[in-house]
Amino acid sequence: MTPHRRPGPTGLPAWLVQRTSAVYMLLFLVALLAFFGWHPLHSYAEWKRWVAHPAISLALALFFAALLAHMWVGLRDVLLDYARPAGLRRALLVLVALGLCTGAASMAWLLALQHV
Amino acid sequence: MEKPHTRPLPRPLFLNLLQIQMPVGAITSILHRLTGVVLAAGVPLGMFLLWRSLGGEEGFAQVVELLHHRAFQAVVVLLVWALSHHVLAGVRHMLTDINIGSTLHKARRSAWAVNLTAAALALLALGVLP
Repeated sequence: MTPHRRPGPTGLPAWLVQRTSAVYMLLFLVALLAFFGWHPLHSYAEWKRWVAHPAISLALALFFAALLAHMWVGLRDVLLDYARPAGLRRALLVLVALGLCTGAASMAWLLALQHV
Repeated sequence: MEKPHTRPLPRPLFLNLLQIQMPVGAITSILHRLTGVVLAAGVPLGMFLLWRSLGGEEGFAQVVELLHHRAFQAVVVLLVWALSHHVLAGVRHMLTDINIGSTLHKARRSAWAVNLTAAALALLALGVLP
């Protein structure tokens, strides 16, 4: 068997990324549901103010970082399992990676916009 | 003594998904993967709506109004089901990692619980939507 490099984290690092991001997102979602259960939002101004709160912005930034890292490990696993032939698999992996980077840049920009 | 040279037999391959009897744990496992892909497809939509809702009064109103559309509500219910299933199956997976509920009997029960609770939460979302 010829050894070949898999893209991104594999083995233990991938396992760890998948789980730490999952736990963070789980806590974030529970906190979000609890918060909006107590304080439902009623207007655009409230929504803007909520997102622009430094602690919320930071939590959101971490959430998107966790989400995109989690998506990379998961989608990469799916593509490695099903996408054939190797050329198509590589192309799809590149496409997913580009998509995730675009998402990261987009969310970073959106959050930055709330603070100008 | 030299071992007789034998060629390994090709491994049997039987992939008729309609005839394979899958245990409930296999269904939960496949759904965990499927819901992950569904959620990944929902992420760009979520990001687009987040941009829209923060882009001005008008965009915010549009996003709120969207929640009253039947077609969009169907998408939301699908995503709520996918998220519920993915989260519950993920928690089940992590509990198994630390050896909680990993005996066959308990694992079967928790697999049923994941599949049914996720469906129940999707129905709940259906009831909560305007």
